[in-house]
Amino acid sequence: MKKLLLAMVSILMLSVVLAACNSGDKETEGGGSEEKGNTKDTLVFGRGGDSTSLDPITTTEGESFKVTINIFDTLLTYGKQDTTLQPGLAEKWEASDDGLSYTFTLKKGVKFHDGTDFNAEAVVFNFNRWMNGDADQFPYYSMFGGYKKDEGHVIKEVKAVDESTVQFTLKRPQATFLKNIAMSCFGIASPTAVEKDGDKFRENPVGTGPYKFKEKANDKIVIEKNEDYYVDGEPKLKTIIFRTIPDNSARLNSLKIGEIDVMDGVNPSDLETIKGDANLQAIERPSMNVGYLGFNVTKKPFDNPKVRQALSHAVDKQAIIDAFYLGMAKPAKNPLPDSVEGYNDEIQDYEFDLDKAKELLKEAGYPDGFKMDLWAMPVPRPYIPEGKKIAEAIQANFEKIGVKAEIQTVEWATYLEKAAAGEFPAYMLGWTGDNGDPDNFIYTLLDKDSIGSNNYSYYANDKLHDILIEAQTIVDQDKRNELYKQAQEIIHEDAPWIPLVHSTPLLAASADLTGLVPHPTGSDILKNVEFK
Amino acid sequence: MFSYTMKRILSVIPVLFGMTLIVFAIVRAIPGDPAQVILGQRATKESIAVLTQELGLDKAWYVQYIDYIKNLFTGDLGTSIRTNAEITSEIWPYIAATLELTLVAMIIAIVIGVNAGIISAWFSNSWFDYLAMILALIGVSMPIFWLGLMEQWAFSLQLGWLPTTGREDIRDPINAITNLYLVDTLLQGDFDQFFVAVKHLIMPSIALATIPMAIIARMTRSTMLEVMKSDFIRTARAKGVSMFWVVYKHSLKNAFIPVLTVIGLQTGLLLGGAILTETIFAWPGIGRYLYEAIGYRDYPVIQSGILLIAAAFVFINLVVDLLYALVDPRIKYSK
Repeated sequence: MKKLLLAMVSILMLSVVLAACNSGDKETEGGGSEEKGNTKDTLVFGRGGDSTSLDPITTTEGESFKVTINIFDTLLTYGKQDTTLQPGLAEKWEASDDGLSYTFTLKKGVKFHDGTDFNAEAVVFNFNRWMNGDADQFPYYSMFGGYKKDEGHVIKEVKAVDESTVQFTLKRPQATFLKNIAMSCFGIASPTAVEKDGDKFRENPVGTGPYKFKEKANDKIVIEKNEDYYVDGEPKLKTIIFRTIPDNSARLNSLKIGEIDVMDGVNPSDLETIKGDANLQAIERPSMNVGYLGFNVTKKPFDNPKVRQALSHAVDKQAIIDAFYLGMAKPAKNPLPDSVEGYNDEIQDYEFDLDKAKELLKEAGYPDGFKMDLWAMPVPRPYIPEGKKIAEAIQANFEKIGVKAEIQTVEWATYLEKAAAGEFPAYMLGWTGDNGDPDNFIYTLLDKDSIGSNNYSYYANDKLHDILIEAQTIVDQDKRNELYKQAQEIIHEDAPWIPLVHSTPLLAASADLTGLVPHPTGSDILKNVEFK
Repeated sequence: MFSYTMKRILSVIPVLFGMTLIVFAIVRAIPGDPAQVILGQRATKESIAVLTQELGLDKAWYVQYIDYIKNLFTGDLGTSIRTNAEITSEIWPYIAATLELTLVAMIIAIVIGVNAGIISAWFSNSWFDYLAMILALIGVSMPIFWLGLMEQWAFSLQLGWLPTTGREDIRDPINAITNLYLVDTLLQGDFDQFFVAVKHLIMPSIALATIPMAIIARMTRSTMLEVMKSDFIRTARAKGVSMFWVVYKHSLKNAFIPVLTVIGLQTGLLLGGAILTETIFAWPGIGRYLYEAIGYRDYPVIQSGILLIAAAFVFINLVVDLLYALVDPRIKYSK
């Protein structure tokens, strides 16, 4: 007994001593050398949360798509690190001039993991399955304006013209149609497997992707190389294991000793440690989000554009980025992040200038400032990791021009409800893009049609509305991009928001890992990842 | 003894029943509409209405409660909103993981805690006594999150002795039978994997054991001190019984009732309260299962999880009550 006791005492003492010297003692290399030597054909991907479903269309949750994007292919895909359109299961695609018909020419000889053929009929089957569902079953299908029974649904018909040609007929043009098609939730599933497994398909997914589903346990999902993948030489690895390690620091510890090979959700404060460790590398994911401070433009004093502009001059974005994002973000001047086509780089942001702010306030009739409520998000989101603290920084900024902001908050679901109901005069929120189209940011967040849902500012500008509706109906992407550039000018002038930041998510991997090109959507196709 | 046992067991039934009502009510008191939480920022009024109906949340609360009780009686815990899977089939691996961790942690806590308490009482006011009690104080007040990360830093990153997180080597997984990995690996006679499982258990179970260990040590010490002052101990000593027997047989048996109470309560607490340890060590247990469910307002899972933990708590206390009677026969007669 005494021995045990002594062991315990020494362990406790050891941890206290180690804790004491932790601050000064830079972590030296070591720990994880055991992994080297064997041929590495298995990748362990560490992440913070588990997937809720493996049938991508049944969920809106990002952790699920990280896995399913490797099991299912979509008709079109996005560019390597942007959201331009690229061929996927469809080699070619063509739109009619009126934007009412799209024809896809499919790749030949592609097989699903269960051995059945991928063809035009399979595409038709998938779309029919989705459009006959509802928001609970297939939430993201609402990107096509609703479901078959709904007024707003844009797809009139999906038809197999021949074995490898599919034609979509729309009720009215939808400019984001192709971008939607490329979303990873619209991965094409094997009709045979869907019919066989029914509700259980989400536990046993079958697609045409580079990896096949192998097994799911309560903290891991295993996928295996699809030997019959239609691209020669891909995928490179034999097995990928997605592992859930909820705590960011513990996950980094696991990476350091080689229990996992790559992780997402790196704390910005750990960037220095990673850079200083020869066994590790840090990888940045291009941003596709925006965090902002919005005003309800129907409420006094924010109904006055001068007040909004004044406050726009009073926020020190760079200081916020340095303090709360540790540099892992870009100051935002538009509602769009620059990874999305149509971004207007010519806009000059309202620079941080307290004198100008005061002057504008004076012109607006508030020379001594005013009191306001500032609502801060209760939960961390990639675009706003610490809602309350960032609100405090903004509060301090506003204080300097005589505006006294009182910070308020409420539980998250209620927060969203109240915001949608227009109850917040000033509030912080953000958005992560779905399909990489500017429409998905500007129309969704700031058009008058979106009041009551995501336009929490109740901002309505008819000129902007006309531009956005026009951009929704034309097919030529360059023309659309021009329209969105104009839209950003109007929004800049009206200043319904202060766009704060586009945050840059950070990944870390072992130094010998190559071929990981993180995608702005947050779902990475891992077929080209391998070890040096 | 039989009638005492039966009485104790029967008294559990109304407790369990009351628990279902409380759990049901508390879960519904969490602010936030589950449909809104699930659909998030992409929610529309229509989609919220559809989902609310699908989840049965539009029914009156007592209808929901009666449905819930009916299902419970048939052993059906419902379907998870988040994963759409049957909770009854989904929950066992999580329970097994927590059970294994808790049991090992409690064994560590009891063996070390009780003995530290005894030795402290035996040599009261010695340097050992002071040191042990200071350490116990530190143990009670140490934040588990910090302790967990320190353990990882020391034993994994610096010394390379132990794995940081999880229950198994993910590249060389353990074949699950019961999902209690120590049992599974022994059943398969796979000693290599058994040691892998042991290695994974060491840090989380020590982190989890710290607080109960400290509380048990302090409780044992104080009750032992009291008992060792009593007359019968002096008599035993006078008769020439060796100190070891006096302490471990005569004193401990009489000092054990309060210690047993604390052990029972702590075991119950660990079963439900391992969320922090499970998070920091990525231990796929019931605490983490619940934690994820709470973020998602997954009512059926939260309800079932809390109910199971509460039931385990009641069960452990029942066992403790029965053990009282074994340790001290006076108890069963007085009731």
